[in-house]
Amino acid sequence: MLAFILRRLAQSIVVMLVVALISFMLFRFVGDPLVSMVGQDTRLDEIAALRERLGLNDPFYIQFFNFVVNALQGEFGISYRLQQPVMDLIVSRAPATLELAFTSALIALFMGLALGVYTAIRPNGVVSRFLMTASLVGVSLPTFLIGIALIYVFAVELGWLPSYGRGQTVNLGGWQTGFLTESGLRSLVLPAITLSLYQMTLIMRLVRAEMLEVLRSDYIKFARARGVPQRRINFGHALKNTMVPVITITGLQLGSIIAFAVVTETVFQWPGVGLLFIQSVQVVDVPVMAAYLMLIAFVFVVINLVVDLLYHVVDPRLRVSTGTAK
Amino acid sequence: MAATALAAGLVTSASAETVRWARSQDATTLDPHSQNLGTNHNFLHHIYETLVDRDNDGALQPRLATEWNLKEGDDTVWVFTLREGVTFHDGAPFTADDVVFSIERAKMEGSNMRQLHADVESVTAVDDYTVEFQMTGPSPIYPNNLTNTFMMDREWSEANDVVEPQDFAAGEDNYAVRNTNGTGPYELTSRDPDVRSVMTYYEGHWGEAPDVTEIQYSVISENATRVAALLSGEVDFVQDVPVQDIQRLSTQGGVKVETGPENRSIFFAYRFGEEPLRSSNVTDSNPFNSPQVREAMHLAVDREAIRQVVMRGQSDPAGVIVPPFVNGWTEELNAFPAPDVERARELMAEAGYEDGFSVTLDTPNNRYVNDEAIAQAVAGMLSQIGINVTLASRPVAQHSPLVQNNETDFYLFGWGVPTFDSAYNFNDLVHTKDGDYGAYNGGLYSNPELDAMIEGLGTEIDETVRDQAIADIWATVQEDRVFLPIHNQVLAYAMNENLTLPVQPENQPRMYEMQVAE
Repeated sequence: MLAFILRRLAQSIVVMLVVALISFMLFRFVGDPLVSMVGQDTRLDEIAALRERLGLNDPFYIQFFNFVVNALQGEFGISYRLQQPVMDLIVSRAPATLELAFTSALIALFMGLALGVYTAIRPNGVVSRFLMTASLVGVSLPTFLIGIALIYVFAVELGWLPSYGRGQTVNLGGWQTGFLTESGLRSLVLPAITLSLYQMTLIMRLVRAEMLEVLRSDYIKFARARGVPQRRINFGHALKNTMVPVITITGLQLGSIIAFAVVTETVFQWPGVGLLFIQSVQVVDVPVMAAYLMLIAFVFVVINLVVDLLYHVVDPRLRVSTGTAK
Repeated sequence: MAATALAAGLVTSASAETVRWARSQDATTLDPHSQNLGTNHNFLHHIYETLVDRDNDGALQPRLATEWNLKEGDDTVWVFTLREGVTFHDGAPFTADDVVFSIERAKMEGSNMRQLHADVESVTAVDDYTVEFQMTGPSPIYPNNLTNTFMMDREWSEANDVVEPQDFAAGEDNYAVRNTNGTGPYELTSRDPDVRSVMTYYEGHWGEAPDVTEIQYSVISENATRVAALLSGEVDFVQDVPVQDIQRLSTQGGVKVETGPENRSIFFAYRFGEEPLRSSNVTDSNPFNSPQVREAMHLAVDREAIRQVVMRGQSDPAGVIVPPFVNGWTEELNAFPAPDVERARELMAEAGYEDGFSVTLDTPNNRYVNDEAIAQAVAGMLSQIGINVTLASRPVAQHSPLVQNNETDFYLFGWGVPTFDSAYNFNDLVHTKDGDYGAYNGGLYSNPELDAMIEGLGTEIDETVRDQAIADIWATVQEDRVFLPIHNQVLAYAMNENLTLPVQPENQPRMYEMQVAE
């Protein structure tokens, strides 16, 4: 087990370095960061001097080396656009993204599970057929469009919910939370639904497929024959055995939710790290972009690690196989 | 609340004096001298003040200075008389010493405002309310450079260790980036960069009390969301209104749209010189070097069509690259011919390009209103006279270096004139690229005669002589067709119908000038 974790950690470090290298190479093509830092009447020699001081004239490998060394110390420099330390910015924006991501993940998980189980138990019902069709629409519509549509219906036309921002927040020991105020909760509804729709349909279809598979298996038939109540068969036996792939997907999707919150955050002007990233890309704010990509890579690496470990907990057979594979 | 207001068909804010203002981007820093960006100046004009200000027609107006004139007998010294009884938000009086401090600070290495004060040799306080600026030579239009240089308090700056402007290249972040102490009509009460800032009326301000006593400033970068926030009654005033929404918003009940000319011209420029173009199929000469080709292009472009189709009516077609409120603009300069493709084809043939030629047109796609669409339209118009244009569209962060490094044959560009004087255009766009001059002369146009005249403008004190020189320079620039002007941009602000605020030509709306109807 320990060897397994160590091996995974070593792999993770390699992944992080590769991400850093690729993102750094990409930054060379996004344009000149100085364009957005200076006005039209800044003299060219001043621009050149600034470029020199920022180290943008250094060869690629030196810039990359400096970046990695600084990143290891948690030092990502200062944002060109907002003129503040990048780490401070990301730390101050993280609560917004995490609250949105976890709310969406919860909605996606509970709704996805419930709808998945329902459509599996009654595969031919009218409601199930409707849900299956609707879920297809949910997967295929772009998040951006869904967000704008929700804004127009619920904010502009009906006036029930806010169209942008996070509402009032409360400071809980350095964590700005929107969970404790009415406007914070109201602001959360539309973006959370927008962000959860895709994952919800994914989980629902996955649960349904797995569950149908399990319900056809022999031990379920035996259980039925023995007179075990249908309810216990569905939830005690069948559902439990569909959970391994669901945990995998949910775990991995949590990473995607955080990473793909970018679009939702942009539509709703949700002040999280995703919005910070998009606004940084537009003005070539290299330090923020680099830090964000590293952060997202880190999140994925950690989640993958946790998911692997969770397998061992949920499914005893895997413990044996990794033991022998070594 | 918003729902009931909408249902009633009238949108009134909870308190008539609070204005919720949304725009697409935030100020990057509150340090007044760190950067020279319109967005920052716009925000800071509410908190800090300048010696002189500009009205909506571009004329200079007193603000912290009540009078200014050249010193008698010495035309290298500007004398400013300061307003008395002005206090900073922390209660300290505003005096000549603070002006000396602020100008010196704006001239420091880390300041992006310093080129505006490059001709200032020294600043001295004669008494508490008189300041003398010793210039390096005669600088007749220097007061024009002061309209965005904000005055800070020396004691406050020293106490908070912000005597020098923030130098972010050195990885610095100082107290003044998020804290303020100005003399302006509003105090900063909260600041959450990129999200929301709140400013409240400063009771001790010297001016007349404004209608608006509280400003809630939000950033909403997505166009559709920003407009939706106005329609749902969550904000009262929207800046950066997308062109395609103007028509719809102006017919919407409860909302009104103000439009007005912006101090920014959109034009095309081309490469001069004998050397063949990099992107053309003509490899033995530079077609743009032929005056007939430039005239043909001038005749092939239908500015009126661009206004109607591409800009949906929201632009002022122009024949010169300065808007009307800039000194030097005349109706004759601004005139442009009706498109005449026949004549244009003849001119192309005269120039020896009856078969036309191909060229790459570089355009930004996120900087000016509908920039890429304008370039597309012009590409179509030029194809009618045989010029095959390949469009290369890039974000401004990639487009701008092409112009600065002269790596483009033909490009779209936009130019604002913060000094409201033609000399500003001449210095950067017309003068031969050399040292401080011609920074954005990406086509490398060069005319030594004009260069001498342009340099002369900087020190010419006699206004009549100077204006004549400007007229002469424009005459040559227009005759040489250095630029292919398209139009001046039009700005739009959308707001609640109970608010009134005209468009500010530099896109710096001032909430203290806003009128709120009962």
